[in-house]
Amino acid sequence: MRWFWIDRFTEFVSGSHAYGYKNVTLAEEALDEYCPGYPMLPPTLIIEGMAQMGGILVSEHFEFAKHVVLAKVGQAKFHLPARCGDQLSLQVKLDAVQDTGATVTCLSHTGDILQAEIDLMFAFLEEGRFTNGPLFNPGMLRDMLRMMNFFHVAVDSNGNPVQEYTNI
Amino acid sequence: MGLSQDEIFEKVQEALIDALGVDDDEVNRGATLVGDLGAESIDFLDIVFKLEKSFDININREELAPEDILTNADYLQGGVVTADGMAELKRRMPWADMSEFEQNPRVEDFSDLLTVGDLCNYVGSKVGGDS
Repeated sequence: MRWFWIDRFTEFVSGSHAYGYKNVTLAEEALDEYCPGYPMLPPTLIIEGMAQMGGILVSEHFEFAKHVVLAKVGQAKFHLPARCGDQLSLQVKLDAVQDTGATVTCLSHTGDILQAEIDLMFAFLEEGRFTNGPLFNPGMLRDMLRMMNFFHVAVDSNGNPVQEYTNI
Repeated sequence: MGLSQDEIFEKVQEALIDALGVDDDEVNRGATLVGDLGAESIDFLDIVFKLEKSFDININREELAPEDILTNADYLQGGVVTADGMAELKRRMPWADMSEFEQNPRVEDFSDLLTVGDLCNYVGSKVGGDS
């Protein structure tokens, strides 16, 4: 099973926001035993999806030069279960950036209905203190982003396609 | 016009309640962030973000965490901050009450120095709070 909790990017503006979809399907192993008889995506995995989308938004802001990790879930409110057959429309907005971390605010909708509100904080690992070298094998992150349509939609703040990063 | 001390305290209190998950009655001016409120290192980043947003200010890392002083061999002797080091800390952090720390300024004790009152004073120095 792939640990991807975003299916597709639909919009990405560097340093601003990222939008995308997560389709919930009955074929996913994560739904098997979480709530037997009532298949739903565990809310923690919706947080994970937001963290993946937010982490990419923050990482790209720094041209993927920093080691970005989820540090804190500020708040997470779930208004509806995410049931199989639902398409979660995810919206992540870059809220604040420091030289040691960043915060994002996230919304999830099913149709027009607000499904979840999540605030996340990311920290940047110091090279040599917590990690040595990149967090991904060469080309791995780029392949993931391609599968998620990232490069089809991602633009910089001027509306131009983001560069082909060679460091990911 | 600057904010009143009470207004600053209320906003700092709100930031700390959100960041640390503590009750409002725990957040009094004398409470230390680490010892009394249980703040961990990652929480300080969260607190900085919340204060920046709440007060519309910019906070430099060195202002709240003078690691460069506390790791500078010129300012340390046997794990204790020297007189020159204390002078530098006071110059950097004039809003912090260091009277107790100064009596036995061990570096390992510095992390539990800051109180809620210190944080209010710091924010006040940034926003021009009424004293």
